[in-house]
Amino acid sequence: MRQLRGILAPYLLSLPSWVYLLIFFLIPLGSMLGMALAVGNPLTGYTMSDNFSIFGQALSSFGDSFIRSFWYGTASTIITLAMAYPVAYWIAFYGGRHKSTFLFLIMLPFFVSFVIRVLAWEFILSDNSFVLGPLKEMGILPEKFRILSTQWAVIGGLVYNSFAYYVLPLYVVLEKIDRRLVRAANDLYASPVTAFLKIILPLSAPGVFAGFLLVFVTNVGDFVNAALLGGPGTYMIGNIIQDAFFLNQNYPMAAALSSMLMLMLMLAILLYSKTFGTDTIQEYAA
Amino acid sequence: MTPPSSNRHDVRLENVIKQFGGLTVVDNISLTVKGGEFFSLLGPSGCGKSTTLSMIGGFENPTSGAIYLDGEDVSRQQPYKRDVNTVFQSYALFPHLDIFENVAFGLRRKGLPKAEIESRVKEMLDLVDLTKFTRRKPGQISGGQAQRVALARALVNRPKLLLLDEPLGALDLKLRKQMQIELKRIQSEIGITFLFVTHDQEEAMAMSDRLAVMNNGKIEQVGTPAEVYDHPATEFVASFLGASNLIPGTIVQRKADTVQVKLEDGALVTLPAAALQPGTGNDVKIGVRPEKFHVLAPAENAEPGWNMIEAKAGVSVYLGVSRQYMMESKTGRPLSVYAQNSGRSEDLAHGETVRLAWNPAHTFAVKAN
Repeated sequence: MRQLRGILAPYLLSLPSWVYLLIFFLIPLGSMLGMALAVGNPLTGYTMSDNFSIFGQALSSFGDSFIRSFWYGTASTIITLAMAYPVAYWIAFYGGRHKSTFLFLIMLPFFVSFVIRVLAWEFILSDNSFVLGPLKEMGILPEKFRILSTQWAVIGGLVYNSFAYYVLPLYVVLEKIDRRLVRAANDLYASPVTAFLKIILPLSAPGVFAGFLLVFVTNVGDFVNAALLGGPGTYMIGNIIQDAFFLNQNYPMAAALSSMLMLMLMLAILLYSKTFGTDTIQEYAA
Repeated sequence: MTPPSSNRHDVRLENVIKQFGGLTVVDNISLTVKGGEFFSLLGPSGCGKSTTLSMIGGFENPTSGAIYLDGEDVSRQQPYKRDVNTVFQSYALFPHLDIFENVAFGLRRKGLPKAEIESRVKEMLDLVDLTKFTRRKPGQISGGQAQRVALARALVNRPKLLLLDEPLGALDLKLRKQMQIELKRIQSEIGITFLFVTHDQEEAMAMSDRLAVMNNGKIEQVGTPAEVYDHPATEFVASFLGASNLIPGTIVQRKADTVQVKLEDGALVTLPAAALQPGTGNDVKIGVRPEKFHVLAPAENAEPGWNMIEAKAGVSVYLGVSRQYMMESKTGRPLSVYAQNSGRSEDLAHGETVRLAWNPAHTFAVKAN
């Protein structure tokens, strides 16, 4: 009996986590997949079916939105990385006593509601805003020039909103890097640039990797930026799902699209980890 | 100005001063380290020895003065262009690279052919006895092994000069003793000039051909370990390197080869004139190392010509090879005396009066502060 308890103990101890996962993850996931295959409408209720053709239908109708989402997600994540890395590097290496102040300043805009922040950008970028208006009057920009409703407005919004989420993981890894390693690299004939490429960059790879996943996954599924800053030509898959759910109340289609987005993201992450796993990155550094 | 000529692989510091925001850390140092020498900078923490090393390595620029490597002024040369490599106190091994790549790092930066890198790294790993660990990461080896990797990583580049910044500080005592011998062996095998920084006087004495004792940013004395130990030039050197008994006195007679000093307790002692630094005034402190004293009975006479004072034995500590006595002179000045455990004498009782005798040649003198 005592022996049996010894064997069961780890399982019993992890039971609360399993229950949690079951209630908040597995059941919703299962019901979402079930909903994708269901037929019916909100008024008469739903019955299960084997309507697998809904996935093909989703892909043929909204394939371009999928592609657009992945393109916006990739572009915005790369731009965010390019912008966040120098900032995180600067705070970690030159922030001195004020490191936490700088990090706080980066987090500060996030105390304002997400939607308000995006609306502010809509205001700033609008065709005759206080930014574009004077530039057009002075003839620096052509009268027809616009940012709002273009894909760059959406990508810009995504970059703006994910900036802090990329700075933080980068800061964490950069902060941990022993400065004396740079000195050692300099001692071993590495110029400051080489020392960065061979030592700092590979050692910060885990942060680049983690931040990329965090930002990419969030941005691919985003719909607020596209809805507020984009136009008819910038519909992301998030917008399609939102419309299917709230506007058309086509729950099976919304569920099918969500499941497919999830699957695609998982495949993308898998591929990404295989190619750019931190071990691989560090091996290249040699 | 053309730098004066010098031998190959010499390092010369000329009036080097380093200030950090008004604080003078290195105060006008001039020093020559000869090619192939094992030279130590010895001093307490904060004496400027590590800053001196940093300047030679190129990590700090001197505020004024110049550093010559092989007669070439390198004072403002970037560290990555300087033919000097460093073994850092923290080792600073690159955690994402395996041992082989750590050692190969400098050679790869120099753009050497792959085959040559391969053979030189292997040869070096062989020299430090680490061939079995080539594919391990720095996190997977012990402190002693990491220390040897750091050494190999620097030496593989065949620098003109190797700087070692307290490289044994993080090792335990036994490993440290082993590495001291190992470092000596490697240095004599490859013949590169070693500049070794340490605060451990025993380590500096055991390893160096010559050493410089530093204090408050200045060099107090340069010499072989024996010279510096037997004839310390200043009170600081006398007390930093081993134990010393310093007794104030006044010079009463100066002859061509000897000097007579009247000590504070009235005893007259003789010392070689050479023991006196040139320009020393009449107020001096004479010094005797604790092991140089011979303990005599109260009425016993010393060998002719020897110096002698009276003292009272205090507490003693048994150390195996010797017994260390705390004694007191007639004026109450504490004296340290080591009696060899040679089995020839009996232990002294607490409070016993004795005579301490020593050979005048074993006397040194420093300026009274």
